[in-house]
Amino acid sequence: MKIIVAIKQVPDRDAQLRIDAAGKWIQESDLQFALNEPDAYALEEALQLKEKHGGEVIVLSAGPERVGTTIREALAKGADRAIQVTCDDLGTRDALGVARLLAAAIQTESPDLILTGLQSEDLGLGQTGVILAELLNLPHATLILHVEKTDSGLTVKRELEEGWFQTIEMPLPAVLTIQSGGNKLRYATLMGIKRAKMKEVRQLAAADLGVDAAPVVVLEQVTMPKKQKSTQMIPGTPKEAAAALVEKLRVEARVL
Amino acid sequence: MSGILVVQQAGRSRISMEALAAGRVLAGLTGLSLETAAVGDPNSNIFVESAGQPPSTAHAVQHPLIENYTADGYVLAFEQLIRKLEPSYIVFPHTYQVRDFVPRLAARFGQVLIGDVTSIEPGPLFLRQLFQGKMSGSYRHQGDGPCFVSVQAGAFPADPPVAGTSTILPFTPEIAAEAIRTKPGEPFRGSAQTVDLGSAQLIVSVGRGIKDAVNLPMVQELATALGAELAASRPICDNGWLPMERQVGSSGQTVAPKLYLAIGISGAIQHLVGMKGSQCIVAINKDPEAPIFEVADYGIVGDLFEVVPALTEAVKAAKQ
Repeated sequence: MKIIVAIKQVPDRDAQLRIDAAGKWIQESDLQFALNEPDAYALEEALQLKEKHGGEVIVLSAGPERVGTTIREALAKGADRAIQVTCDDLGTRDALGVARLLAAAIQTESPDLILTGLQSEDLGLGQTGVILAELLNLPHATLILHVEKTDSGLTVKRELEEGWFQTIEMPLPAVLTIQSGGNKLRYATLMGIKRAKMKEVRQLAAADLGVDAAPVVVLEQVTMPKKQKSTQMIPGTPKEAAAALVEKLRVEARVL
Repeated sequence: MSGILVVQQAGRSRISMEALAAGRVLAGLTGLSLETAAVGDPNSNIFVESAGQPPSTAHAVQHPLIENYTADGYVLAFEQLIRKLEPSYIVFPHTYQVRDFVPRLAARFGQVLIGDVTSIEPGPLFLRQLFQGKMSGSYRHQGDGPCFVSVQAGAFPADPPVAGTSTILPFTPEIAAEAIRTKPGEPFRGSAQTVDLGSAQLIVSVGRGIKDAVNLPMVQELATALGAELAASRPICDNGWLPMERQVGSSGQTVAPKLYLAIGISGAIQHLVGMKGSQCIVAINKDPEAPIFEVADYGIVGDLFEVVPALTEAVKAAKQ
């Protein structure tokens, strides 16, 4: 199976985020970036499918030059090669605009299967995979925990709400968005990191892909979230705070 | 119609009524008229429940090939309904089903779903969370096409039902059997549920901040001292540190105890929807800007490895 995994580089989970001067995005200078965790699960699923059935795993990512480090990380974990769509204006494109870039890159490869994480940790739109399927005219399934290859295509396990699941049969080629927790994530080995340096990263310039970049949906402003409740913050040393909290839970909130 | 179409989901009546409430907010801001649609028989509950609530026109989308949900079937059905009605806005509840097919439906119109909206403001501007709830973004739709919006559970309180009648217009789309490429199976439960967090009065819940499974006994000790059930956010269960049945959130259980103590949980929306109905929420986190503090009644900013043992001692002392 030839599998493409679409991955995204996002700000590190523990990074302190600050809104930029224009109030349109966050300050990106000095920010640590990492592989979007749901995409790490998509990559893991792809690597396991390759180990079982053979084939090739290609990672695909769009973004500025810095995205290269996240691509190398995926190559170090075992992906065979990569495609980087170089693009400095990713933030001004909407989900359809980004998916158009990825779809154009995918069309140069004709893969059997396209995987991506169910959502990104920055924008959290959860749409890229589904839009890709539409642009490529392929069937799709979302929130997938388990993928089994069959003679006629795939059988996948889809997560529903509140602890329910569903099995879906589908033909190939197809697009799946992968839910976290279906597999255990692997770490890159030293040997993997060494090998990754030799692997092919094909660069495609976004401008050369000839896709429409004009957004229909625009992120106007980024703000700090509004508080839903007034939180009493309890100061002091851990011991003082703990004692004060227990007192408040007994006397004020009356829940103990 | 050039108005607002609210699409409701059978079996998800609460969030469907919230989508209707969001539709009303949008109608108030734009002066547009409101209609509803849902897949199902005109006699099905989803139409009965919204009967008499303005709007009074509902479209019952029916076809044998969409009795079981598939993305292909629903995209085709709603594509045809939208082309017929030509609404300016289409509002959905943000359910797993909507996440599965609406981005594809919107793309078919050259549009992008503004998903998981928490508030609608004049403009209209649609607010949604960014960075797992650490920031909020306001989005604007531009151009001539229809604007697709889905609303977050709990964000738009549903209005109380009123008695009355609605005009229900049946709509039968044209769908060819071969257009549906996936074969869905019957939904099934994961494992036998032996833990019913839903009825627990006190819950101690642990998240990523615990760093490693070897640190869990420290939290269990606090739960035992309180007489509370132990629960967790998704990453803890993904790692296999606690069984999936102890997971609280959109993919796990929904809980509303008297006391919910969130330890090292940042408070991503997927977790918050499962616990924000709790009577009293306490958050312990090292990051003062963690979104969990937005819903907490009491907060302690600090190292959980120091605060949790201190809290266990304080609880034991108070019980003596």
